[in-house]
Amino acid sequence: MTLSAAAVPDAPAAATGSRARRSGRWFSRLGVGGWVAVAVLAAVLLTALLGPLFVTTDPNSVNLSYAYVGPIPGHPLGFDGQGRDLFARLLHGARTALIGPAIVVAVSTVLGAAVALVAAWVGGAVDAVVARVTDAMFAFPGLLLALLAVSLFSPGVVVAAVALSISYTPYTARIVRSAALKERSLPYVAALDVQGFGAGRIVVRHILPNILVTVVAVATLSFGYALIDLAALSFTGLGVQPPQSDWGVMVAEGVTGIIAGYPQESLFAGGLIVVTVGAVNFLGDRIEGASGDPR
Amino acid sequence: MSALRFVAGRLAGLVATLLIVSFLVYGALFLAPGSPIAYLTRGRTTSPQDVAAIQAQYHLDKPFLVQYWLWLKGALHGDLGRSIIYRQDVTGLLGERAVNTCFLVVAAAAVILVVGLPLGVLAGLRPGWLDRGILLGATGAMAVPAFVAAVVLVSVFAVQLRWFPVFGQGQGLGPRIHHLILPAAALALSFGAYVARLTRAAVRAELASEHVQTAESRGIPRAALVRRHVLRNASIPIVTVSGLTVGGLIAGAVVVEQAFQLNGLGSYLIAAVGQKDFPVVQAITLLFVTAFVVINTLVDLSYVRLDPRLRQGANR
Repeated sequence: MTLSAAAVPDAPAAATGSRARRSGRWFSRLGVGGWVAVAVLAAVLLTALLGPLFVTTDPNSVNLSYAYVGPIPGHPLGFDGQGRDLFARLLHGARTALIGPAIVVAVSTVLGAAVALVAAWVGGAVDAVVARVTDAMFAFPGLLLALLAVSLFSPGVVVAAVALSISYTPYTARIVRSAALKERSLPYVAALDVQGFGAGRIVVRHILPNILVTVVAVATLSFGYALIDLAALSFTGLGVQPPQSDWGVMVAEGVTGIIAGYPQESLFAGGLIVVTVGAVNFLGDRIEGASGDPR
Repeated sequence: MSALRFVAGRLAGLVATLLIVSFLVYGALFLAPGSPIAYLTRGRTTSPQDVAAIQAQYHLDKPFLVQYWLWLKGALHGDLGRSIIYRQDVTGLLGERAVNTCFLVVAAAAVILVVGLPLGVLAGLRPGWLDRGILLGATGAMAVPAFVAAVVLVSVFAVQLRWFPVFGQGQGLGPRIHHLILPAAALALSFGAYVARLTRAAVRAELASEHVQTAESRGIPRAALVRRHVLRNASIPIVTVSGLTVGGLIAGAVVVEQAFQLNGLGSYLIAAVGQKDFPVVQAITLLFVTAFVVINTLVDLSYVRLDPRLRQGANR
């Protein structure tokens, strides 16, 4: 990253200049594919938020005489093995499937970025300890930590989300730290420092805005991984607890149907997971690409 | 000499990481709500003898660090405690299951090596429609979690086409491999796609590098160019990622074993969490994490072989 702005001696002007130059443009470089991904995600989010308000069918009402019945008027996707409306269950399942990852991303991004910025700014022993501990935490795959947490407390999406947040924090911290270190070494930061601007102000007002693209890219990619990990946990029966509907739970509950020759439930829920994660990953890649790295 | 220092450094890092991780796994017991003994026996009627046995197993009458040390010493000697449910040594309960999990992870790794890696190299070497197709497929496959892949594969190849069994693991070598194909494919899909994408990027980066262009201008035949200049250099980032991928495979095996009802460590871990059999949960977690850390250290050590700069003492 070569910056003409960094060569300008007048530090505050250089700082504002570089900020405008780099953070203002990244979302205009997403491309058609990036915007399609944004549209898909917006549709999924809106459906999760508003869908259950409009579709009044009870996702948990059992009627065994409708078991595995295909689409009929008023029930566009048919029924599962217990005669529950699949469309209603997918809609309500979207909420539980998306809330968990949202918690994970919020906690791990705020925590990881804060740790990384402090480590990069203070440097020395603090930085070395942060680097060592994040390396050790890499040895703990998120799903394993979530299983350990669930066995300590109780099965459920909140416990799992907190455990995943802890396990994702080092991942975020490592990437943000290296971006912050690169930024910290630029002349404009030294210039601000010499002029007597406080550390907090330099980090929050100048460094953070300039590396925001990296933070957004990591947060986006984390959302996809967290969605998969949490859905996998619900699939094993240790996440969202039935009868509450959730995409991961539905994939698991549909296995009986698959063997009986009615794969709809698993395939619909699995398909929604794949589409959502695919859109998130694609968008994350695009944002990462827009952050200025050539690859 | 620098190679020796590199190896020593990595081994020291391995020990440090294992200490931190084992401390976490042991200390987790004390994070549980209530006293450790109440937690370990929760929801069960236990005789005073049972309570005394658990207390002795965890040395709960001693100071915390001493407890940890005694537990760690036991683990290093192959004593992972006793299962509260089965009243047997955990080590004995894990043996055969560990073999089954190894089979699954090795089979998935083989699929990645045989399919994912070559596709990545191919995409990297041949820009155009082939490259775009592989990239698109890999990006899509990365979004498919192992358990979704598992149910789709079962639905198509086991239920509709009846080529493979739906569940279980079979007896004897032939049936075992037959039972392992779908699970291995489900486990390998997203990680293989990831390795393919990374391999493509690494090969592309090497192809564009100046030393390769120079070699090309000197008229070195394409095959030798690819083998000696491109793949050799691209292998370092690829090997790094493959090490991390194995960690993902181990975690993914938990879900895949559950999906296919294979009797491995992963499905046992899930059962143990459900049955609140904490010594088993601890032992399997420790085993998985150790395997992951050891494999990644081996990957790091392979750099000595792959990267001559390390042998000749240049600074990396």
